[in-house]
Amino acid sequence: MKILMLGWELPPHNSGGLGVACYYLSKALARNGADIDFVVPYEAKHDNVDFMKIHSATKLSPLHKFGMGAYDSNFLLEETGQDELGELTTIRDVQKRYVDFVEQLVEGKSFDAIHAHDWLTMEAGMLAKQLTNAPLIVHVHATEFDRAGGNQGNPIVHEIEYQGLIMADRILAVSAITKDIIVKKYGIPADKIEVVHNAIDPDSLNDGYEYDNRTYRYLEGLKDEGYTIISAITRFTIQKGLANLVRAVARASEKYDRFALLLAGDGEQRDELIRLAADLGIADKIFFTGFVRGKQWRDAYSVSDVFVLSSISEPFGLTALEAAHHDNALIVTNQSGVGEVLQSIFRYDFWDVERLADQLVGIATSPALKDSLRTNILNEYARLSWHDVAKKCMSQYTKATSPGVLVGAFS
Amino acid sequence: MNKRGITLYLHVHQPYRVRDYSVFDTSENHNYFVDPDPQSNRNNEKIFNKVANKSYRPMNALLEKLLNTHPEFKVSLSITGTFMEQAEQWAPDVLESFKRLVATGRVEIVAETYYHSLAFFYSRTEFERQVEAHKAKIRELFGVETNVFRNTELAYNDDLAKWADGYGFKGILAEGWDPILDWRSPNFVYKPEGTENIALLLKNYRLSDDLAFRFSNREWQEWPLTVDKYTQWMESSIQDQPLVNLFMDYETFGEHQWEDTGIFTFFEEFVGRWLEDENNTFYTTSEAIATNEPAGVISMPETVTWADAERDLTAWVGNSMQHEAMKHIYSLEDDVMRTNDNELIADWRKLQTSDHAYYMCTKWFTDGDVHAYFSPYDSPYDAFLYYINAVRDVRWRLHETHRTGGLSG
Repeated sequence: MKILMLGWELPPHNSGGLGVACYYLSKALARNGADIDFVVPYEAKHDNVDFMKIHSATKLSPLHKFGMGAYDSNFLLEETGQDELGELTTIRDVQKRYVDFVEQLVEGKSFDAIHAHDWLTMEAGMLAKQLTNAPLIVHVHATEFDRAGGNQGNPIVHEIEYQGLIMADRILAVSAITKDIIVKKYGIPADKIEVVHNAIDPDSLNDGYEYDNRTYRYLEGLKDEGYTIISAITRFTIQKGLANLVRAVARASEKYDRFALLLAGDGEQRDELIRLAADLGIADKIFFTGFVRGKQWRDAYSVSDVFVLSSISEPFGLTALEAAHHDNALIVTNQSGVGEVLQSIFRYDFWDVERLADQLVGIATSPALKDSLRTNILNEYARLSWHDVAKKCMSQYTKATSPGVLVGAFS
Repeated sequence: MNKRGITLYLHVHQPYRVRDYSVFDTSENHNYFVDPDPQSNRNNEKIFNKVANKSYRPMNALLEKLLNTHPEFKVSLSITGTFMEQAEQWAPDVLESFKRLVATGRVEIVAETYYHSLAFFYSRTEFERQVEAHKAKIRELFGVETNVFRNTELAYNDDLAKWADGYGFKGILAEGWDPILDWRSPNFVYKPEGTENIALLLKNYRLSDDLAFRFSNREWQEWPLTVDKYTQWMESSIQDQPLVNLFMDYETFGEHQWEDTGIFTFFEEFVGRWLEDENNTFYTTSEAIATNEPAGVISMPETVTWADAERDLTAWVGNSMQHEAMKHIYSLEDDVMRTNDNELIADWRKLQTSDHAYYMCTKWFTDGDVHAYFSPYDSPYDAFLYYINAVRDVRWRLHETHRTGGLSG
């Protein structure tokens, strides 16, 4: 089966979960016999990829590219870098070149399916469908409603998403929450959408990593004094709901004072969070690391006892699975898709500061509760396999190419 | 020659579920059991009324009808103290209908712990106090004495039988579990190992569970279960044996098996069919014991319950949260009893109800059988959290009001 995969990033040149999901999905599809041409909008080495052909749509370096802009459309019209001729570029400029590249790439070729990831590649996907007559599968990892975190979002992005969803032969949503948004906010019929939850490859995290307890020495010291370390490892944007996490830690500290909150990451909300912590009188309990990678990133998970996914709207939330791998107890909002595939977790509504605080105190003060949550989620998370995700995708490709759907497409 | 009899025994119970009791309630608000949200699944009044309409009212009406129609029909009931209190408060008519049943003289009340607790395994003194309290409540409401004992979840072992024998009970109930029975049949009266005067009645779990668990299961190859088929199974099970013990939750009728499954009509027809044969009858638990000599001695050194494929206590005390919960609640016994504060003592005892521990069960994570466990909570962790917050508040009340105990577990 020949697949044209339209993506925006792949590890190690990724700024978030989209790249990780695309990488493992493609790898599992290749193992299932798929022959994949994968397009990225930049040029870089991918030494870790030998299971598919990667095409670079531009000569841009991944370093000065899109950063958070790939996720946050309020950066949409800002300058994101310089192209090879020294001209300033925006994401829209990059997208246009991406479309041009795909147009040339598909010329004279045929594919069994075109698999496009998120709004970033939808325009290219629609054009490729038009040129090749192959069915278009749109994979939704996040919608503009998620990224906007309760705000309006960018109308251009909304429009692209809407067209892409309409034109798609099948839609894959990473959670029931996302499917619901596609149905309700974009008016797409539910039977056109398949929920395909993401997975995790535990082997990818078993790469010889060993925890270094000197990385977060101060936090280790607090742990020795009986502190419970709460963490969130994420981008500091409104969508992530971190202000309520900070409020909950303050509230929990009224009942039990041995809490520390590790906020690993960076983003536009950082200063606001610092101010909020000070206003609430818990500034010394919160540890900001800035953007972390590699060992610092792994060690942040390892030093933590409780990982909180506090998102207001989270299509999936891969970080929760990574945290589970590093022996954390998990607390996840009801508005996060990953909660749909996990049992051994605490849940709360993103606005429910009281409940989250209650759960934090419960975990901090009851070893049996903490250990049960940790042990049980460790046994549970690894059951989610990319192999199963790939099989679901394959059946969607087949479904999209079946005569019934084609008749519909031509009518 | 004695008649062949069915000993039908139904267990009637409702717990006081703990509301979403947070750590911010602890030491501030001592209401653990009254959920202000009328729609909540932890709202005990809502649940009681729902089950009363689906099960207690229609089933009691049917039992009354059967008692009036068939002089040979009899039934035994165990009714927990927490049920009786809730019925008194929210459905006095349900309690009255139970009284009418007992007044026929053909409905026996079986003894148990008032609070449906596992106290036998944690504190013999507290256990006996709850058995006494239950006897007193039954006497007060129904004007009868109890002679046969059943422990919570039918959790039984040789020590329990010896205790019940020494206490003066004439009979005791247990699961008729194959690994214990070996080649023997549950359809006889037995004598528990090491006892003098007490008889043991064993649940025929196949015929009981056909109704309690399988009746409405469309995946079951015997579905739909007809009166013909069930009567035939009953006949082939009892043959030249004296009795069949059908033990199950009362709520089987109308709540676990809804009315639209046909459970009520099935049961009514089955009773009529069984009694068409004049060699057949129904026994109360006391009659079953009085009519039949023990056929042998049965020993259960390890605890056997009527739950799950394992027939053990792991659904209640199988994980560390459950162990912690039980450890903390029972460790408060001396301090709580010393207060003579009846309200505090009652709250502490309501927290001993075994259902609380059951809601913390995580066995289904490994079984993958989510639907095998009924819980009013979103997760076993929620159940533990609210429970432990309430236990801490009991500690707080002991410390603040009575200057006894400490705040650390």
